[in-house]
Amino acid sequence: MLSFDADQPYRLHDRVALRPEPFGALAYHYDNRRLNFLRAPELVALVESLGSHDSVRHAYDASGIDARRWPSFEKALASLAASDFLVAT
Amino acid sequence: MTALDIPIVAKPDDLVLSAVKQSGLGDQMKRGLDAPICLTWELTYACNLQCVHCLSSSGRRDPHELSTAEAEAVIDELERMQVFYINIGGGEPTIRPDFWHLVEYAVDHGVGVKFSTNGSQIDAAVAQKLAGMDYVDVQISIDGADAATNDHVRGRGSFDTAVAAMGHLRDAGFGEFKISVVMTRHNISQVDEFKAMADHYGAQLRLTRFRPSGRGADSWAELHPTDSQQKDLYHWLLAHPDVLTGDSFFHLSALGAPLPGLNLCGAGRVVCLIDPLGDVYACPFVLHDEFRAGTVRDPGGFQAVWQTSELFAELREPQSAGACASCGHYDACQGGCMAAKFFTGIPLDGPDPECVLGHGETLVEAADAATRPDVGTDHSRTKVTLGSKPR
Repeated sequence: MLSFDADQPYRLHDRVALRPEPFGALAYHYDNRRLNFLRAPELVALVESLGSHDSVRHAYDASGIDARRWPSFEKALASLAASDFLVAT
Repeated sequence: MTALDIPIVAKPDDLVLSAVKQSGLGDQMKRGLDAPICLTWELTYACNLQCVHCLSSSGRRDPHELSTAEAEAVIDELERMQVFYINIGGGEPTIRPDFWHLVEYAVDHGVGVKFSTNGSQIDAAVAQKLAGMDYVDVQISIDGADAATNDHVRGRGSFDTAVAAMGHLRDAGFGEFKISVVMTRHNISQVDEFKAMADHYGAQLRLTRFRPSGRGADSWAELHPTDSQQKDLYHWLLAHPDVLTGDSFFHLSALGAPLPGLNLCGAGRVVCLIDPLGDVYACPFVLHDEFRAGTVRDPGGFQAVWQTSELFAELREPQSAGACASCGHYDACQGGCMAAKFFTGIPLDGPDPECVLGHGETLVEAADAATRPDVGTDHSRTKVTLGSKPR
C-alpha cells in the first residue's frame, strides 16, 4: 500500500457516503462495507474539500485549521486513505 | 491527543469499533445517533423452518404485515435518513413474494442490504444473480457443524439445505458471504469446525449469542452455554479477531481484556428493529410490548420513532448500574444484555443471567414462571420443542 503523501491530491472515494452526526460524520464505503467515523466537523469539511485542491497541503491552507493541529488531521486522513475511503488522484 | 486521532474502521453490521471505548466515542453512541447504524428489518414472520431458538417465534405469515408499497415507503425514508445499510431477516425473508423487488428497490435507493436466510431459496441460478448484484450481502444461518447438531435445533434437512446454498454461492463466485451461528451448549465446542467451514466456502464466520427471546425462552435452560464454555469462547474470540460477533458477547469482557467491539448495549442508541408489521423495537431480541417504540405506520414514520420515541430517549439516558454498581467489572460488561435479563425475569439494572462472575445464576433460579414476562406474539405453526424435527 502506498503511504499517504500530503503533497499529493486526494479525494473522497466515489462509493463513500457521508452522513452528518453531532460529532462530525459517519462515512460508509459501499464497496468494502466498512464504516468510519469522522470525529470533528472540521475533518468533515476538510475531507469534502480535498477534491478541489491540488494537494492536501493546499486543502489545509484553505481550511482555516490551526497549523498545530495539522498532524492529527493528517493521521486521520492517512487512516482514511489506508482503508480506501480516500483515493489519490 | 485530539478527539479525532483514530478514525475507526468498522463493519456496521457487526459494530467492530475497537477503539471506541477508549476514545470517548462510546459515550456519544450511548446518547444516540441521528439515524441507526445497524437496522434490522424482519420482512415476514413466515418461515419454512421453525427453529427452537427463533427469537421472533416465526412460522406463520401475519396478515397485517407491511404491504409492498408500505415497505417501499420505509426504504424511501431510510434513504432520506442516510441509513447506509440494512439487515433483512424474518422469518425467512426470501419467501416473501416481493423479496427480490424490495432488495432491488433498496439498492437502487442507496440502501445496501445484507439478508439472513436458511438458504432454502439459494439455488445455482439465484446465487448467480446475487453474485452480479452490488451492495447485497448474504448471511446463511447454521447452528451445527454437522447435520445432527444443526437439525436438532433447526429441523430435519436444514443442514443439507444451508450447505448446498453455501456451495452455490461459492461456485457462483459471490465472494465473501457470511455464515452465522448462534452459540449453544451443543455447538460451542465446534467453533473450529465452523471456522474451517467458513474458510472452505470463502465465507466470513459470524458467531452470535443465544438469547432467551421468542421461542428461545423455552429452550434457554437447555441450550445456553455453560460457564466453562463461555470462558473457552472468550479466549477463542480473542484469538480470532477476524470472526464477527455483532458485538453480542460483551458480557464476556468481564473475564479480562475487552473483546473487539463497542462493548455496550446498542439498543435504541445505534441499533433497532422493524418487525414485519412495521412496529419498531429497541433491538432484534426484544420483540415485546415493553420495548416497542412505535410504528412506521404512524404519520411521522420511522424517523419520528427513532428521533422522538420516549422509550428510545430513556435508553439514551445514562443507565443505572443497579445491583452491579459495587462490582469492579461493571465498566467492562455494562451489566450485559437487556434482552437476556428481561426474558429470564431479572431486573434490567441487575446482572446478566450469564454473568461470568456468577451473579446472574441465582437470580434466574429465583425468578419463577410468574415473574418472567410472556414471550410476545407467537407465530409458530405448531408447538416446537427441541429435537421435534419441525418441518
